[in-house]
Amino acid sequence: MGEVIVITSGKGGVGKTTTTANIGTALALAGKKVVLVDTDIGLRNLDVVMGLENRIVYDLVDVVEGICRLKQALIRDKRIEGLYLLPAAQTKDKTAVSPEQMKGLCETLKEEFDYVLVDCPAGIEQGFKNAIAGADKAFIVTTPEVAAVRDADRIIGLLEATELYEPKLIINRIRADMVKRGDMMDIDDMIDILAIELLGVVPEDEKIVISTNKGEPAVYDPNSKAGQAYKNIARRIEGEEVPLMSLEVESGFMEKLKRFFGLRK
Amino acid sequence: MDIMKFFGREDSSSKEVAKERLRLLLVHDRANVSPRFLEMIKGELIKVISDYMEIEENEMDVKLTKTKLGKRNTPVPALIANIPIKRMKHIARV
Ligand SMILES: Nc1ncnc2c1ncn2[C@@H]1O[C@H](COP(=O)(O)OP(=O)(O)OP(=O)(O)O)[C@@H](O)[C@H]1O
Ligand SMILES: [Mg+2]
Repeated sequence: MGEVIVITSGKGGVGKTTTTANIGTALALAGKKVVLVDTDIGLRNLDVVMGLENRIVYDLVDVVEGICRLKQALIRDKRIEGLYLLPAAQTKDKTAVSPEQMKGLCETLKEEFDYVLVDCPAGIEQGFKNAIAGADKAFIVTTPEVAAVRDADRIIGLLEATELYEPKLIINRIRADMVKRGDMMDIDDMIDILAIELLGVVPEDEKIVISTNKGEPAVYDPNSKAGQAYKNIARRIEGEEVPLMSLEVESGFMEKLKRFFGLRK
Repeated sequence: MDIMKFFGREDSSSKEVAKERLRLLLVHDRANVSPRFLEMIKGELIKVISDYMEIEENEMDVKLTKTKLGKRNTPVPALIANIPIKRMKHIARV
């Protein structure tokens, strides 16, 4: 019996879809059987990030409405075995699926897969309720910005209210240079404020844009720092203890200078 | 160029501003208290206190912050009212 994990955030555009694609790919690369479920009905994206947009015949709504069998709607990844995508419908709206139907779907999927990763739409409306309905666990993605952290806090409250406890935090798009300058909240600041467990930190990385252009998740790129961070997260999901990677960009001379002037301990 | 800024002193860093704004926002969000609700409390306070003292309503400040409670220092919301008194009314000395 596998496990259903919803990737959510409240605020839009903070990296839920990117995170779902990369963690899913990394878990599949580690030999797990994984299905990615896109619940962003009307605004599907996950297929594009995975480079699978040309293979879609049926979608989640078709499955729920009984137009096709679940097996027919699952798209096999073109690179790794054991990785599948269940795409969202593009031409319907969120009311086409109910939380009960999502729950049933997740139950079925986790009999077959080790991990069912659910990519949640932004917001706290029906789409959010559908996405969390069948989840055993939740990962909350945020960026080091006031609005994103505020929404994350709201989501933590809403998840608790539906008895989805102990969500884990993924901090995305952190920039070591800005943190160092004191112009970006750091990891401790955010954990302090949100008071939940940290699962991983993903740096701002232009390779994410490049990989999205190609439809090939960044975990395939050995030079991508974000890809590396996502691989670490996948290992942590598997129960391994992996230290946070160093996000240092600048060090050496400036650090020594500051220490010399007594401005750094 | 400010030499302290050059060496990265963090006094006026925007991160501190962000943290402070977030803290305040979350206190309100978590307590589920709207500005309108605070205004309502303010109105009620004025009504009660006005029997005993003359206050400066325009300078009055009612807001939520947080404080620590108990042995484990659990942060909880706290209501703070700063009410400048202009004059005590006679009845208060009874
Ligand atoms: N670590 C990163 N470094 C650079 N760019 C990133 C990073 N993470 C995400 N992005 C970019 O940010 C944009 C939004 O990401 P994504 O679509 O994953 O967010 P989302 O939370 O799924 O958005 P939505 O709420 O619209 O579903 C994308 O263009 C993506 O390439
Ligand atoms: Mg998305």
